[in-house]
Amino acid sequence: MTQTTENLIEVKHLKKYFDVKKGLFSRSDRQLKAVDDISFSIKKGETLGLVGESGCGKTTAGRTLLRLYEPTSGQILFQGAPLENLKHSELLPYRKKMQMIFQDPYASLDPRMTVGEIIGDPLDVHRICKGKDRSDRIRELVELVGLKRDHINRYPHEFSGGQRQRIGIARALAVEPEFIVCDEPISALDVSIQAQVVNMLEDLQERFGLTYLFISHDLSMVRHISHKVGVMYLGSLVEIADAHELYTNMQHPYTKALLSAVPIPDPDLAEKSKRIHLQGDVPSPLDPPPGCAFQTRCAYAVAACREAKPALKDVGNGHQVACHIVS
Amino acid sequence: MIHTARMKEREDGPFSTSAAGDLPDDLFEKLDESDRQDNEEITRPSKSYWQDAWARFRKDPLAMIGLCVIIVMAVAAIFGPIFSEYTYDGQNLENGNHPPSAEHWFGTDKFGRDIFVRTLYGARISLLIGFVAAAINMVIGIIYGGISGYFGGRVDMLLMRIVDIMIGVPDLLYIILVMMFLGNSIQSILIALCLTSWIGTARIVRSQVVTLKHQEYALAARAIGSSNLRILFKHLIPNSIGPIIVTVTFLVPSAIFSEAFLSFLGIGIQVPIASWGTLVNDAIPTLFTQPYQMLFPALAISITMFALNFIGDGLRDALDPRLKK
Repeated sequence: MTQTTENLIEVKHLKKYFDVKKGLFSRSDRQLKAVDDISFSIKKGETLGLVGESGCGKTTAGRTLLRLYEPTSGQILFQGAPLENLKHSELLPYRKKMQMIFQDPYASLDPRMTVGEIIGDPLDVHRICKGKDRSDRIRELVELVGLKRDHINRYPHEFSGGQRQRIGIARALAVEPEFIVCDEPISALDVSIQAQVVNMLEDLQERFGLTYLFISHDLSMVRHISHKVGVMYLGSLVEIADAHELYTNMQHPYTKALLSAVPIPDPDLAEKSKRIHLQGDVPSPLDPPPGCAFQTRCAYAVAACREAKPALKDVGNGHQVACHIVS
Repeated sequence: MIHTARMKEREDGPFSTSAAGDLPDDLFEKLDESDRQDNEEITRPSKSYWQDAWARFRKDPLAMIGLCVIIVMAVAAIFGPIFSEYTYDGQNLENGNHPPSAEHWFGTDKFGRDIFVRTLYGARISLLIGFVAAAINMVIGIIYGGISGYFGGRVDMLLMRIVDIMIGVPDLLYIILVMMFLGNSIQSILIALCLTSWIGTARIVRSQVVTLKHQEYALAARAIGSSNLRILFKHLIPNSIGPIIVTVTFLVPSAIFSEAFLSFLGIGIQVPIASWGTLVNDAIPTLFTQPYQMLFPALAISITMFALNFIGDGLRDALDPRLKK
């Protein structure tokens, strides 16, 4: 693995709050802190895995990073260039460099367009090519993701989930991006298809030097594909480290609980391993607990946890943990 | 190269229990390359949305009858008068109030004008007004409703309140005012009819766009870099075209009916041009002595209304199968 020091993507203190209107007569509009101050960076050609349970803000983080949602505050740097304040027209060149693969292969393809039109859409928007070049490029992309030429004139509803996801990947690749946000690209697929799609994503990464932000709740898959892994809980990043380091030397109590929940295929080993059962539910992001977001369910919580929100601090080797009791 | 092999049926029957590992090699035969099955192949012929809709529409007998009636009527209205020796305004006072005969299929009016030719001319005017008004309404409705639904927030609030105010005033009031102001002509009837009747289309479009704009493919289009207008007109409107077309189909008969109604009141088409409304109006004084003079134009109106409504029903079922009972 070639290690370069260049950061392709850098996110600094990114926040995304949604306004929640309670009703016509209630004045107290509240804010839902979907993403609350997260910072990370991704090196060129590498994959950052982002894990966490449903509703922890993984998807919002990915979408805000691409400016599909307007960030409340914070900085997004692409090769050092800030993106957070650009207008639509100024953002257009970056749309060519940053793409997204969506979670739901059924909802993310326009049902009225043929496969060729879907894949050709980004080519038209960026005026990349026309006429014969365009149809050649579409054919090339279709074959790149393992579909057939005669699929070009068919409609998305004629395909299976895995094939649809391939169409989505071809659309993302059409503009030759450098960075792709993969928003749970495999969670809607059958297990047997998941491996195919992940292998394809890895091949493409190797071939085109792509950089991924891989959002998932499948911890084993994230371990397999990622160079670095970040763990999110209730809108905040609680731990981030190299994949191997994180899976072997986890520090944050939440990461420990999360990883203990990964199913082990061997029943003998599974019996020996200790599963950590967390008490209670994830608190509502509308009404997060004071101090550390995890303190309500943490077995090791101390007084300091209820008072201040812990910041990410380095514990060596670029391993960062946000916890008062870890030092 | 993938080696595909198929097990021969053994002499003692296909349900042998021997484990796969023990099978001798001679039980396997090599498959022909041409025999290879492609599981990824889609066998169903590719059908576009419109082909599917047409297949469903064709199965609805009433809608098909309606469609045939409208086509026959349109062809007759366009070409019929050419083949007739009579014109819509040619008078023959000696031959007035003639009952239907081989000479005059629908009879003549008090000026001796052939009612058959006048009814065909009326069809021209009525169908023209119906379809043109519906087309204009569709365009205005799509643009207005699309912008209101897509941009939402204050824009939506403002545009929809304007619509609410417009709908609060009776249509007839605007229409009569416009007709008074612009005079009696086809253009002024079209303007009068298009002034408010796009509101229904706009509301349908708005509600469709509001539900569709949060779909992931709209977000995907944004990620690609599509502008707002491109997302709206290339993705959201085509996906809501079914309900839009259905609404517009029902606008055609309502426009024809409004025109007939205005002409009947005497503020529509000017004499001697005939529309179905003026023909019915002209026949009132002779309703008891020459009832056929009213019968034929009135029949034309009713048949057209039925036919268009059947087409509308058929389109609704064909374009939006979920609505089918």
